[in-house]
Amino acid sequence: MNAMVETQNIRMMQGNEAVAEGALAAGCRFYAGYPISPSSEIAEILSARLPRFGGRFIQMEDEIGSVAAIIGASLTGAKSMTATSGPGFSLMQENLGYASLAEIPIVIVNVMRVGPSTGMPTSPSQGDVMQARWGTHGDHPVVALAPSSVKESFQLTVEAFNISEELRVPVILLLDEVIGHMREKVLLPDPGSLRVSERKKASGPREGLLPYKPDADGVPPMALFGQGHRCHVTGLYHDERGFASSSPANASALIRRLHDKIEMAKDRITITQGVGLDDAEVVVVAYGSTARASLRAVKDAREKGIKAGLLKLMTIWPFPAERVKAALGPKVKHVIVPEMNLGQLVGEVERAVYGAAPVTPVSKVSGHLFQPVEVLRVIEDAVADRVGFTNRRGG
Amino acid sequence: MPEKTGVMTAEEKAREHIRMQNLPHIWCPGCSNGITTRAIVRAFEETGVDPDKTVVVSGIGCSSRTTGYLDFDTLHTTHGRPLAFATGIKLANPELKVVVISGDGDTAAIGGNHFIHAARRNIDITHICYNNSIYGMTGGQYSPTTHLGDRATTAPYGHLEREFDLCELAQAAGATYVARGTAYHFVPLVNYIKKALKHKGFSFVEVISTCPVYYGRLNGIKNAPDHLQWVADRSVTVKQAEKLTAEERAQKYVIGEFVQKEAPEYVENYMRLIESARGDNGDRNQK
Ligand SMILES: Cc1ncc(C[n+]2csc(CCOP(=O)(O)OP(=O)(O)O)c2C)c(N)n1
Ligand code: SF4
Repeated sequence: MNAMVETQNIRMMQGNEAVAEGALAAGCRFYAGYPISPSSEIAEILSARLPRFGGRFIQMEDEIGSVAAIIGASLTGAKSMTATSGPGFSLMQENLGYASLAEIPIVIVNVMRVGPSTGMPTSPSQGDVMQARWGTHGDHPVVALAPSSVKESFQLTVEAFNISEELRVPVILLLDEVIGHMREKVLLPDPGSLRVSERKKASGPREGLLPYKPDADGVPPMALFGQGHRCHVTGLYHDERGFASSSPANASALIRRLHDKIEMAKDRITITQGVGLDDAEVVVVAYGSTARASLRAVKDAREKGIKAGLLKLMTIWPFPAERVKAALGPKVKHVIVPEMNLGQLVGEVERAVYGAAPVTPVSKVSGHLFQPVEVLRVIEDAVADRVGFTNRRGG
Repeated sequence: MPEKTGVMTAEEKAREHIRMQNLPHIWCPGCSNGITTRAIVRAFEETGVDPDKTVVVSGIGCSSRTTGYLDFDTLHTTHGRPLAFATGIKLANPELKVVVISGDGDTAAIGGNHFIHAARRNIDITHICYNNSIYGMTGGQYSPTTHLGDRATTAPYGHLEREFDLCELAQAAGATYVARGTAYHFVPLVNYIKKALKHKGFSFVEVISTCPVYYGRLNGIKNAPDHLQWVADRSVTVKQAEKLTAEERAQKYVIGEFVQKEAPEYVENYMRLIESARGDNGDRNQK
């Protein structure tokens, strides 16, 4: 994570507000969305703030149209975003896939609440983690980030725009309701101190331009609308000219490139944080508000003489398997994965750990956030070998 | 590139707006989509739109494949959503002319919600709907404009539902230019499209089209020319329609202009909002 240059711009704000501020700081100038708790504050704030920056806000007729509108805006060069929660995120999936295939930079914020369906508005959940990865059809590439504090909500929103611009990929910011609505003191960085990325743009004469021909980093410079390129953009598999093609060689090359461009940048876009991992016998892997409870639990465990450590994931897709492997020191005996779902990211952790230690999921699906003591108990059980390490489905 | 002089042939002029390298098109022999596309190109030629500042957006369907053949910035989107993509383009960059091409299913079934809301906002977009009363691309299933009693591959016993009058729908939703033409009546169609392109606000042109391969074959129309003739035989002008009873009119395509009026346009209003928000130094909205 880039060090924030701390100035006197101290504010007390909500996670959702930090997302809106982060978006503006990253250069977002277009928002289209449809109201839904617990994300609506983002829309409300941006409806007031964007016009003051010459930006645009529109409340669309639904979430399908919202993603469509931000893709359209992005094609003219505007950094664009939307925000929603579960039911809306479900509706966004088709055009999210479109952005993935047509390589349109957009940011989608999903402040997770309990699902499925209308579920339990608006209690916190981490139930959309797999949907963020696999919600749209096809082998699409995607990036998802999950902040665990108000400060991180700001930082990761900026990062979401940067990754989206650099890789021409939709980036999903997964907050949970706790993070979205929590208020904390934050030091807003000086705008000049932020690293803000811009997409590469196509240039040169339109004759012979291949708008989908990638550079060495796998990312083609983007041919924006209204610049005289007269380019075609489609959700069909396309060749380097941008026109529909179903040639087998082209199809395979295209979908592989879309994944490769993320894979090549993976280390750069992976943001994690380790606490006490060097000598840890018990490693907790957590993200979002669950990482806060886990941090407390790990500290409490240390006070009790248990060698516990935490790996906090802020990038969750592509899954940081290498960081998980690296977090397992020579003494590790147990890995614990608390989540506010019935066990989603734990499967990825298990794949990464690959038998090096037993992996225990801890599920909380009551619509309440994790208490540190709930994680601590599992840490204690683990060192005492009191857990069977089958699926541990909590309250 | 050939110079734009009075001696250019019609074909040379058309080539300026067509991606010749993408021809032949994918449409079936006898499909009227080619005629409608030609009418759009003619309207582009005659209104002198700037090809570098015009974006043509389409959904999914046979008709929506038109964007692949037009030499502009073109966006082939998802089924039913072209107006929502177009809304983002126009609002983000008001200097662009934005034209949407869509089928009857794309416009009025899956895209019906975007259609009425784009019309309600009176956003400056020209929407051209190729209405062949059927789902061509997916093989002849019924659409929101399939006529009562007619056959479709999903209406093997005859269609039970009433159809939408797309022009009435557009008008009721707030469109400020509304016209209906047909692929048979080429010259008036070009005229409506030209007027729509010049109109400020949401303009809608419905083009009664043919799908000889599905609609025609399923409904006893022998060949492509017969299908066009069938359209011609069912067509009446707005004036002629006035003399018909409601039942008689229901059997006809009423051709002409239905709405042409001025109303505040959404993006212009938004740009004014920006000006006043920027000038507003109160702390109402916290900085
Ligand atoms: C979400 C979604 N549902 C269904 C389809 C399949 N589909 C493709 S085109 C089409 C209907 C086309 O009919 P219309 O819009 O009238 O255009 P036409 O092909 O007749 O020109 C359908 C149902 C799709 N592509 N996407
Ligand atoms: S299926 Fe019908 S609408 Fe589609 S190209 Fe063929 S004739 Fe035209």
